[in-house]
Amino acid sequence: MAADYMDWLRREGRIVIVGASLAGLRAAETLRAEGFAGELTLIGDEPYEPYDRPPLSKSVLLGMASPHRTELPHRLDIDAKWRLGVPATGLDLTAKRVKLADGDEVQYDRLLIATGVRARPWPKEDEARLTGVCVLRTRDDAADLYQRLKAGPRRVFVIGAGFAGSEIASACREMGIPVTVAERAGAPLVGALGGVIGAVAADLQTEHGVDLRTHVTVTSLEGDSVGRVRAVHLSDESVVEADVVVVSLGSQRNTEWLTGSGLGAGPRGIACDAGCRAFDFRGIVTDDVFVAGDVARSPHALFGYQFLSLEHWGNAVAQAETAAHNMICRGADRRPHLWMPAFWSSMFGVNIKSVGVPPMGDQLMITQGSPAERRFVGVYGYQGRVIAAVSFDNTRWLEFYARQIERGAPFPVEYPTVDRRPENRQPVAADFPDPSLPTHGPTVTLSGYSPADQQLVFHPARH
Amino acid sequence: MRLVVDLNKCQGYAQCAFLAPDVFALHGEESLVYNPNAPEEQRERLARAVAACPVQAILADGLDDLAGEPGSGSGREASDGR
Repeated sequence: MAADYMDWLRREGRIVIVGASLAGLRAAETLRAEGFAGELTLIGDEPYEPYDRPPLSKSVLLGMASPHRTELPHRLDIDAKWRLGVPATGLDLTAKRVKLADGDEVQYDRLLIATGVRARPWPKEDEARLTGVCVLRTRDDAADLYQRLKAGPRRVFVIGAGFAGSEIASACREMGIPVTVAERAGAPLVGALGGVIGAVAADLQTEHGVDLRTHVTVTSLEGDSVGRVRAVHLSDESVVEADVVVVSLGSQRNTEWLTGSGLGAGPRGIACDAGCRAFDFRGIVTDDVFVAGDVARSPHALFGYQFLSLEHWGNAVAQAETAAHNMICRGADRRPHLWMPAFWSSMFGVNIKSVGVPPMGDQLMITQGSPAERRFVGVYGYQGRVIAAVSFDNTRWLEFYARQIERGAPFPVEYPTVDRRPENRQPVAADFPDPSLPTHGPTVTLSGYSPADQQLVFHPARH
Repeated sequence: MRLVVDLNKCQGYAQCAFLAPDVFALHGEESLVYNPNAPEEQRERLARAVAACPVQAILADGLDDLAGEPGSGSGREASDGR
């Protein structure tokens, strides 16, 4: 019976994907590549076909690419119905219908939710409406910010020194624009990489002429008589004049449209099993609703079965492929989503990359190079094993550390540092802030608990 | 022509920056920046860059002469074979 259903679904079923960005597109392609011949619909709130976001804060702000031309290449023709510029507003799990903002309803047999995240806006609405107060998430945001930077502002003020805020500050400096960055924590990037690495990032910023203010919050944005932002007031009572303010306070998950649907969706995302099937609010897994990308939280065997939500480009691709595969195959052929977390950023001419889950690490050891030279690898340890690694301009080592993490290799590392530097041979506290304090937000969110803390040997599926 | 680089895979070998310098550039020691929409006259250079990348990190549209592009062949058959 179940086999018959799967044959029917693959042949003439209806699959709806809500979210037409990287995860939605790659899922659609995987469905077709694996033989789904039924009706495929992609729903997206933005009026544009799927485009790539990482260039928006890098090559676009550097003037090397147009914000309007970052559409993603397609791996194959997906032959889909596109409903673009129309947000989904509701989900009826019983009737298997997605409700759209224009009043339309779309029927599905299987649903994939890939609605991602949006930029967290400045919380005071009247201040957020001032001309010159920006966020950076969409291509419209990027086009607007690029125009404002090109106009030659006297000073740009960036609120929040996460990756996005730091990349924007870097672009400003490259354009010769004075920039101030305010961060509630003690250094940039601390939520994602901890205080030791954060201190290196802080030095990078100040060396490049960024006016970096840490341990401060922005208390208010001041406008002029015609509604343009003119100054930023800080918690240390200082005032900084700026005509562009970029709010870079992390992101919010796009789950509001699922309120009342019965799905286990909320501000932390949509919980799903390792096979990308969404949980309902009772914690029971659904059969026909799948999740992928930034909006998903799924348990990872390698990281103590914690539910990870990863705002990482590579996760969107890998989880979309796994979800799509699992949507159209029988139970025994399903795969778990066990992607090794990895991300990159680039700022002030330095390439920053990471594998594993740094915020799980309580200790850090520099195993290659030297932070003083801005060229090193740092390894994070958690309960006696290697849990993550970060590199500054030392990418080629990360593959090695990814394998170490998979093997549950011991920490402190047992080998001498490869380039035999005398310094930093001892592990030090990684110095992550208290996770209950609000910051710009790490790009990995840990939640849940580990049922078994014993060391495990992990054999990732290779496909 | 649209293109995207999987920068998790990219290891800064810079072959692309040598072969198609108007599309790809190294920013600092090993950060790659690129134009995700390469002009048509870059087609041949882009194709060479895609082929030369040691870690096969570049995915580009419309380079049909390249057989090695992931996913193209079988997938297209699947969707055309309805």
